Amino acid sequence: MPVIEQGGTQIWKRRTRRESLLRWFGWLLGVAVFMICWQRISDATTWFFVWDAPRIANDIWTRATPPRWEYITQLGRPIWDTLNIATLGTIIALFLSVPVAFLAARNTTPSRVFIRPIALLIIVSTRSINSLIWALLLIAIIGPGVFAGVVAIAIRSIGFCAKLLYEAIEEIDHGQVEAVTATGASRWQVMAFGIVPQIMPAFAGVAVFRWDINIRESTVLGLVGAGGIGLQLSSSLNVLAWPQVSLILLVILAAVVISEWVSAKVRGAII
Amino acid sequence: MSHRELDDMLGKGWRKPPFIANPKLRWALLAGFVAYLIAAFLTIEVDWARVYAGLDRGWQFVLSFTRPDFVSRASDIWEGLLESIVMTVAASVVGIAISIPIGLGAARNIAPMPVYLVCRGIVAVSRALQEIIVAILLVAIFGFGPLAGFLTLSFATIGFLSKLLAEDIESMDRVQAEAVKASGARWMQYINYGVQPQILPRLVGLSMYRIDINFRESAILGLVGAGGIGATLNTAFDRYEYDTAAAILILIIVIVMGLEYLSGVIRARVQ
Repeated sequence: MPVIEQGGTQIWKRRTRRESLLRWFGWLLGVAVFMICWQRISDATTWFFVWDAPRIANDIWTRATPPRWEYITQLGRPIWDTLNIATLGTIIALFLSVPVAFLAARNTTPSRVFIRPIALLIIVSTRSINSLIWALLLIAIIGPGVFAGVVAIAIRSIGFCAKLLYEAIEEIDHGQVEAVTATGASRWQVMAFGIVPQIMPAFAGVAVFRWDINIRESTVLGLVGAGGIGLQLSSSLNVLAWPQVSLILLVILAAVVISEWVSAKVRGAII
Repeated sequence: MSHRELDDMLGKGWRKPPFIANPKLRWALLAGFVAYLIAAFLTIEVDWARVYAGLDRGWQFVLSFTRPDFVSRASDIWEGLLESIVMTVAASVVGIAISIPIGLGAARNIAPMPVYLVCRGIVAVSRALQEIIVAILLVAIFGFGPLAGFLTLSFATIGFLSKLLAEDIESMDRVQAEAVKASGARWMQYINYGVQPQILPRLVGLSMYRIDINFRESAILGLVGAGGIGATLNTAFDRYEYDTAAAILILIIVIVMGLEYLSGVIRARVQ
């Protein structure tokens, strides 16, 4: 805590002059960066459209209300597809993420130097790319449809599930593992009876949590052609059928709220 | 456990206790799950011939990761990436700035009831709407370009950050804040000296995490015309230029890894 002598009296200051100068400079730099960014966005914007926005928003609102309720009869199948994409994708991802998690956790990996970095690379690369991009890619490879959506969701979820799982594995109680080892258990038996029971609640929690996120993500996968309710959304948007769009958005909102409620209930029951 | 039970168990084989204790519930869940899986598999149409034909293309894509092409579309990639970064920075700054007052308002222990309800409402709306859907609507209203993406990301940041911030404030240590209040602090001083020091480390950590998410999301907003690298990526896929697509994906992964590393360093310093 610096004390500055000023006119014979000592005055307490929170920071030294150097520190406060440095902080001030940091804030200046931050503001400058933000202003440059804002300048670029503003340059790329047609401001006429922005000033016109309230009128357009009002226009879209009058077109979109009331929603075309009878359209809901055609949404049954897309909702079922969306549910399938999310659920099957989560199941596949869980199967694939378990070995990745065991290879990535410091206490179970066979080799910290060679295998752990590979597992971490799988986790980072699948996690950093959005499921829409995976869907885009898979549609180019295996054609449009629900299957591409399932695979896209599965790949995207591997990293997420494996990361949370391997953190759970690293936090296990080592005493139990040692106790099982002391009975003469083999490597696989140690895993099955020493490690797996300890991470089972975490595993179930991750599964439900990811399923909830996947329901959200699979509702929009159809925008790029990967099946589900997004397909209906994109075709309604393309023909500017705003009453249908608003109904689909309501359905998506309901699906998101329900899945969040289910996931919260199940996680509450587990943990 | 009494000795009698132990005697009964002696000589019998040990079996792992099941994860779900109630046998009826266990079997019902299992049966329901299997029934769902059968129904799901029956309704998913997979064109295996198309998948088989696509495998070759998939392999081409995997191979293209070994020879990514950063050069031939360098200016497009650079423009898109810069726009993504600009959107991320601007949206994170604005989003965090707005989410702090909303987070304060959404904390039950410091906000009066009407403010609490309004702020919780904003958080709920922002969290329920998927980024890409918000982007579609904002592009329709504000026109193509990074402004729509910027607004989308800011809006999503508000929901995410305010909720977590409010939860953190609600679980803070009341005693410190109470002590500041008892010394006769005004409301602003109470927030500044009683609340802020307690939540600042978490706020910094969450903000770094959100910047990371914003960058990842900004990579897909281009798919619906809201600016960023997504448009370039989409074009690369559409033209089957897998080597360019691979280059973009590698850049995204590298930037996300860099951000994650940076946020780890900053969080370690703050906490």
